[in-house]
Amino acid sequence: MTPAKKPETEPADEAPDVPGFRTWRGVYGFVFAVFVAVVVALTLFTRAFA
Amino acid sequence: MNAIDWLVLLGTILGIVAYGTWRTRHTDNLTTYLKGNSTTKWGTIGLSVMATQASTITYLSLPGVASENGIAFIQNYFGLPLALIVVCAVFLPIYRKLGVYTAYEYLGQRFDQKTRLLGAGLFVLQRGLQAGITIYAPAIILATVLGWRLDVTIVCTGLLAIIYTVTGGSAAVHLTQKWQMAVIFGGMVTAFVVLLTKLPADALHIAGAMGKLNAVDFTPDPKLRYTVWTGIVGGFFLSLSYFGTDQSQVQRYIGGARLREGRLGLMFNAVLKIPMQFFIVILGALLFVFYQLQPGTPVLFNQIVWQQQINGPQGATFRAIEEKHAALHADKQTKIRAWVAAHERGDAPAEVAARAALTAAQKASLAVRNEARDTLQAADPAAKKTKDSDYVFISFILTQLPHGVIGLLLAVMFSSALSSKAGELNALGTTSTIDLWRHFRPLAAHDEVRNVRVAKWLTALWGFFAIGFALFVSSAENLIEALNIVASIFYPALLGVFVVAFFLKHVQGSAVFWAAIAAQIVVLAIFFFGKAYPAWEIGYLWLNPIGCAACVLFSLGLQAVMPLEMKPLSVSEP
Repeated sequence: MTPAKKPETEPADEAPDVPGFRTWRGVYGFVFAVFVAVVVALTLFTRAFA
Repeated sequence: MNAIDWLVLLGTILGIVAYGTWRTRHTDNLTTYLKGNSTTKWGTIGLSVMATQASTITYLSLPGVASENGIAFIQNYFGLPLALIVVCAVFLPIYRKLGVYTAYEYLGQRFDQKTRLLGAGLFVLQRGLQAGITIYAPAIILATVLGWRLDVTIVCTGLLAIIYTVTGGSAAVHLTQKWQMAVIFGGMVTAFVVLLTKLPADALHIAGAMGKLNAVDFTPDPKLRYTVWTGIVGGFFLSLSYFGTDQSQVQRYIGGARLREGRLGLMFNAVLKIPMQFFIVILGALLFVFYQLQPGTPVLFNQIVWQQQINGPQGATFRAIEEKHAALHADKQTKIRAWVAAHERGDAPAEVAARAALTAAQKASLAVRNEARDTLQAADPAAKKTKDSDYVFISFILTQLPHGVIGLLLAVMFSSALSSKAGELNALGTTSTIDLWRHFRPLAAHDEVRNVRVAKWLTALWGFFAIGFALFVSSAENLIEALNIVASIFYPALLGVFVVAFFLKHVQGSAVFWAAIAAQIVVLAIFFFGKAYPAWEIGYLWLNPIGCAACVLFSLGLQAVMPLEMKPLSVSEP
């Protein structure tokens, strides 16, 4: 009943293979930093124009 | 619309549909049909996730909402990047490791079959009805302004989505969504650039002075619908349930060559979603400025229906409202010019005084618009089906853009309708096949060819159901509202089930099953209590963390008093 399994050899901690990032934790940290920067930018935008 | 617009519209839409159908016409492998091509890269997955989430309403209605209420809606997306990080780190690796086709299949492996059926059943019920609205909502707006027949618009849009989704399954959905997103990006940027050429240099300052650019609000009031806090907390749980547990999204990212592709596709959305939505709401705020500076701005943008009343038996009443609005609009333009002059001089006291006068003029103008809307709805109850803000952007497209670009922007609207519709049909066909049909016909589960055939039939069936629902929904408008309510209060308990599945390993199926039902009752009680006593109503995004937390706490409580269940040996643990 259960469908065919994925290949067993797919490690959850495989390298992201993204220039500048050796681990997924680094990628998540970057995304979080971008999120914080966007919220700060929107706050400054509101202060400047509203 | 002229021949060039028709050429661009039909060429774009039919071209993408034909390309997707042709390229995936030989898809007869179950995994490819349900999960997409195994060589799918992160860029395609990322665009596919984005295309499934953003329906026509995003591109057609959101600019109008921002034009009317400002850009505060952007805060709704603040929880999305954080939720996608959790989906990437926790949900996706488990789905990939188990090789499941649907999110609910995982519930069956982790808990039991009744919990799996609860998740799958609630998904197909809710998403199946929503699929009808995905066609109906844009069709009624486009049919009204373009003078097309509503039923023909609904049937044509639905049939196009059915053709390629049934033929190529997930592989076709991925392929077409990539090109549809290219059309959407190209069209929206073109409209934005044309709008900029029609605006003065201080357009943003005017929008700000008229209260349209409050992007963030840190007020800690749970009754406010859009604040940073509702966006981060409520938006986080809403996004986590949508991206982590809704099959229409899960199906977009569980395929792909490697785990990396799904993760990067989701991170692509985590980075780009807020800027993309900001672009759309800013477009709306600038549309507002454009119409403030135009001499002949209509009192309401649904001009087809308005003009019918002007030429009808109550024409005198409608003309009187129009004249009142024209006088107030001219007065408001004088006030805007006075504020701009004071702002450019750097005369702070004069600027404050001019802004107060402008705010008063805007309030008076808004009162007349509300009067116009109420009068129109009293004369023609069918006008209640849509909001006037839905017609702001489409009016700009049809009256201000050059020919060819009009066709391109209409292609944007239909591309977004097809892409979100295809994602939904694909997920409904998959869930119906894997979680329902195979559950009740276990012996047939090993026949791959038969599985693909059944998945195609069920996908088509859901497509025709959606078309039928969209055709008859106009006679049951209240049903749309009811379904939107169901959609906004349904997900929290289901997310709670998944949170328990991932993080509370000792909780078993029966405990979480009854906890989910109890949590759903709590969410419904809070919602209806708020409707009965508006003073106690909370922003709907708060229902997401409350429902999820209730499910988790009830699960823990029930597990503490319920006897441990013996699990069949054939069921594997994650």
